[in-house]
Amino acid sequence: MYKILKKEDLSEQITLFDIEAGDIAQKARAGNFFILRTHEQGERIPLTIADFDRGRGTITTVFQKVGKTTHHLGTFNEGDYITDVIGPLGNHSHIDNFGRVVCVGGGVGIAPVYPIARALKEAGNKVTSIIGARSKSILFWEEKMRRVSDDLIITTDDGSCGTKAVVTVPLEDILSSEKVDLVVAIGPAVMMKFVCRTTATYNVKTIVSLNSIMIDATGMCGGCRVEIGGETKYTCVDGPEFDGHLVDFDLLMKRLQAYIPEEHTAMCGGKMNGGK
Amino acid sequence: MGVSKMATMTEESKTKERVEMREQPPLVRARNFREVPYGYSPEEAFEEAGRCLSCKNGPCREGCPVGVDIPGFIGLIKERRYLDACYKVKERNALPAVCGRVCPQELQCESRCLMGKKGKPVAIGNLERFVADYEAANGDMKIPERPRSTGRKVAVIGSGPGGLTCAVDLAKSGHHVTLFEALHKPGGVLIYGIPEFRLPKAIVEREVEYITKLGVEFVPNAVIGKLYTIDELMNGRGYDSCFICIGAGLPMFLGIPGENLNGVCSANEYLTRANLMKAYLFPEYDTPIKVGKRVAVLGGGNVAMDSARVALRLGAEKVYLIYRRSEAEMPARKAEVHHAHEEGIEFVLLTNPAGFVDDGKGNVCAVECIKMELGEPDETGRRRPVPVKGSEFQIEIDVAIPALGTRANPILTKTVPDLMINRKGYIVAEEGSGMTSKPGVFAGGDIVTGSATVILAMGAGRRAANAVNEYLKWKYWEFK
Ligand SMILES: Cc1cc2nc3c(=O)[nH]c(=O)nc-3n(C[C@H](O)[C@H](O)[C@H](O)COP(=O)(O)OP(=O)(O)OC[C@H]3O[C@@H](n4cnc5c(N)ncnc54)[C@H](O)[C@@H]3O)c2cc1C
Ligand SMILES: Cc1cc2nc3c(=O)[nH]c(=O)nc-3n(C[C@H](O)[C@H](O)[C@H](O)COP(=O)(O)OP(=O)(O)OC[C@H]3O[C@@H](n4cnc5c(N)ncnc54)[C@H](O)[C@@H]3O)c2cc1C
Ligand code: FES
Repeated sequence: MYKILKKEDLSEQITLFDIEAGDIAQKARAGNFFILRTHEQGERIPLTIADFDRGRGTITTVFQKVGKTTHHLGTFNEGDYITDVIGPLGNHSHIDNFGRVVCVGGGVGIAPVYPIARALKEAGNKVTSIIGARSKSILFWEEKMRRVSDDLIITTDDGSCGTKAVVTVPLEDILSSEKVDLVVAIGPAVMMKFVCRTTATYNVKTIVSLNSIMIDATGMCGGCRVEIGGETKYTCVDGPEFDGHLVDFDLLMKRLQAYIPEEHTAMCGGKMNGGK
Repeated sequence: MGVSKMATMTEESKTKERVEMREQPPLVRARNFREVPYGYSPEEAFEEAGRCLSCKNGPCREGCPVGVDIPGFIGLIKERRYLDACYKVKERNALPAVCGRVCPQELQCESRCLMGKKGKPVAIGNLERFVADYEAANGDMKIPERPRSTGRKVAVIGSGPGGLTCAVDLAKSGHHVTLFEALHKPGGVLIYGIPEFRLPKAIVEREVEYITKLGVEFVPNAVIGKLYTIDELMNGRGYDSCFICIGAGLPMFLGIPGENLNGVCSANEYLTRANLMKAYLFPEYDTPIKVGKRVAVLGGGNVAMDSARVALRLGAEKVYLIYRRSEAEMPARKAEVHHAHEEGIEFVLLTNPAGFVDDGKGNVCAVECIKMELGEPDETGRRRPVPVKGSEFQIEIDVAIPALGTRANPILTKTVPDLMINRKGYIVAEEGSGMTSKPGVFAGGDIVTGSATVILAMGAGRRAANAVNEYLKWKYWEFK
C-alpha cells in the first residue's frame, strides 16, 4: 500500500499526487514511469514519474482524468492508499550537453517534460520550452517550467493564455531562425506526430515518449507494441522514449483505440455502481 | 521382471476400470470459468487406489521428477488415511494440489505404471489432487515448527512454482527468506497464465498463505533489475545468497504481416488480462479483454489450449486452433487436448499462419493460412512441417492469439554483467545445484531451461535450496 502525501488539483481535469514510495524515489530518473493499481478490482495503468524527492521518499505524478481508472484515482485524497505502485520502469532519458534544445509539452504531457527539461538545463543546455493546452483552465506548471527553461513559450488553442496557436507554430519559428540540436516532445500522439513532421523538415533529432496501452510493463505481454523504423518494439522496455522520426504514429493512435467500446462500458458500469 | 510383478496382481485389481473424475458437461463448462473436473469423493479415491499394485520398486516413482513416494501415499489412501497420504506427498512435493492438476502425468509417473501395460494406468494425478484437496477441506494447515534462525538472509526472485518451492525449503532451514515478485500477486504462471477452470486461484493463494506462515517475507511490485539490482541486494541490503527463478516470460511473435493490428494479442497478454487481471469478470473488474466472435489461436501447447478455452468461455462463437503439425505432435497435456475437443474447439492442423488481414480500420479481420505436410524429422525428432504450394486460404476472425512459446526476459539479467547467460539469454547454471557464474547466486526453472513444466521448476527450486544451504555453510564457490 502506498500513501498519498499530497494532492493538488492543477486544473479541472488534471491532478497531482505525491506518493510515498521511498525505494522507487531512490532509483527514479527523468523519463521513467511507474504502474499503479488503485484497488483490488482495478487495472494497471502507467503514469510518468513527473518528479521525485529522494530525501522525502516520494514520487510525483500528474494525471489527467480521461477514463475509469484516472477518474477513480481522482477521488483519492491525501492520506489514502494506492494498492500497488511499481517502478521505476522504462529507460530513463538520455541526458547530455547537446547544446540548443527545445522541450515541447502538450496537455498533461507538460508533467513528463518537466524533469527532462530540468535535467537538460542542469547538463548545460540552452533550453527553450513550449507548453500548450486547449485553454488556460487546463494549463499548469507555467512557473515550474519557467524556472528550468531559458525561455518559455505558452500556447493555447483558444488564446486564453499565451499565443493562440498549436505548439508547432512557435516551434517552427525557432527552427527556421536558429540551429537546434535536439527537440523533446511529449503530449497526445497527434501532437507528437505533428512535432515530428515539423522537425523532420529541419532535420532536427526529436525524442518522443509514447503512451501505449500497457499491462505488466516488464516486457511480458507485448500489448505495448509499437513500430519504430518498421521494427516492432515494446514501449515499456525498449522505450518509452524513441526517435520520433522513426515512430509509426498512425499505428500508435489506432492501437490506443483498441479498447474504446470496453472503456465505454467501464465508465457507464462505473457510474451505475456509484462511481467506483 | 514385468512378468513376476504381473503375477502379484490380485484378481480384483486386474479387472477394475480406472475411476474417471466426474466433470462438468462440455457444453456447460465451455461457458463458465469453474473448474472442469469435480474431483474424487473419498469413496472414488479409495476405489481407484485399490487398483494400485503397490509394486515394491515403484516404477512410477522413477517417473516423478521430484521422486514422490507414490506407492506409499496410495497405500495410505487404501487405509483411508487421507491426511497422512497428503503429508506423504508433501515430503517431496510442496504443491500437490497444483501438480495433481497440471503435471503431464501421462509422460511421467503414469507412463511407468504397470497397470497401464494392459489397460489404463492408476490415476496418480487424480489421487494426488484428491489428497491435497482433502487436506485443504479437512485438515488444519500443518505449519512446521520454525527452526532456530540461522541469521542468514536469502533473496528468492520470482514467485512461480520454482521460487515458491525454494522459499519454503529455505525457510524450513531457518534462513530469513524474502520473496521478490515483479507483479502484484505471487504465483508466477500459476496465477497469470494457467486459467481458473484448470487451476483455481484459491489453491495457489492457499499455498502462498502457507509460505507466509512459514515466515517467508513476500515483497510484491519489485521488478528486480529496476527497483533493485542483484548487487544491491547482495551488498547494500545484506542478502547472503540469491535464487533467481524469473521464468521465461517474453512472448514470441511470428514476424508475419499484420501482427500489430488491433485484435492480435499474444497469449501472454490474453491470459494475463483474463487470469491475473480477472478480465473475465469485466466490468466488475476494470481490465478489458477483446471477447471476439471468431477467434484463432496459433500454436499447439498448453498455452494455446488455455487461450482457446478462455476465448470460448468469454463467449466466442467459434474458436480455431491453428497448428502447423498434426495432433500427435502437440506438446500440450493430453487431458487438455481432449477437453478442448469436447468443448468444440476446431482444430485446424497442418496449417501455418502467413499473415493477418486489415479490415481497413486497423483491426484484424482474417488470418491468411497455408497448408503444411510433414517432412523429415527435425532436431527434436518431430517431423518437420513443410508448406504445400498453392494451398493458401483465409479464415475470417476478429481476434487472433499467437501462442508460440516464450523467451528469456533480459530485464534482470542485463543488469548483472557477471552473470553468464547463453546465446538465447537464458542463465547458465549447473543442473544439480543451480550454481551460476556469480558467487552466491543460484538460478533455476524456466529462466535456465527455457519453457518447461511446473514440476521441473519445483525440482530446480528444491535442489537450489539444498545448494544454498551448502553454500551458506562453507561459502565455497566453484563454477564448472
Ligand atoms: C509510459 C506512459 C506514461 C504515461 N504518463 C502519463 C502521465 O504522466 N499522466 C497521464 O495523465 N497519463 C499518462 N499516460 C497515459 C495513461 O496511462 C492513461 O491515460 C490511462 O491509462 C487511462 O486510463 P483510464 O482507465 O482512466 O482511461 P481509459 O478509459 O482506459 O482510456 C482512455 C484512453 O487512455 C488510453 N489508455 C487506456 N488504457 C491505457 C493504458 N493501460 N496505458 C496507456 N494508455 C491507456 C487509451 O488511449 C484510451 O482510449 C502514460 C502512458 C504511458 C504508456
Ligand atoms: C498458459 C500456460 C500454461 C501452462 N500449463 C502447464 C501445465 O499444464 N503443466 C505444466 O507442468 N506446466 C505448464 N506450463 C509451464 C509452467 O507453468 C512453467 O514451466 C513454470 O511455471 C515455470 O516456473 P518458474 O518458477 O520457472 O517461473 P514462472 O512460473 O514463470 O514464474 C516466474 C515469476 O518471476 C517473476 N519475475 C520475472 N521477472 C522478474 C524480475 N525481474 N523481478 C522479480 N520477479 C520477476 C514473474 O512475474 C513470475 O511471477 C504452462 C505455462 C503457461 C504460460
Ligand atoms: S506492457 Fe506488457 S510488454 Fe509492455
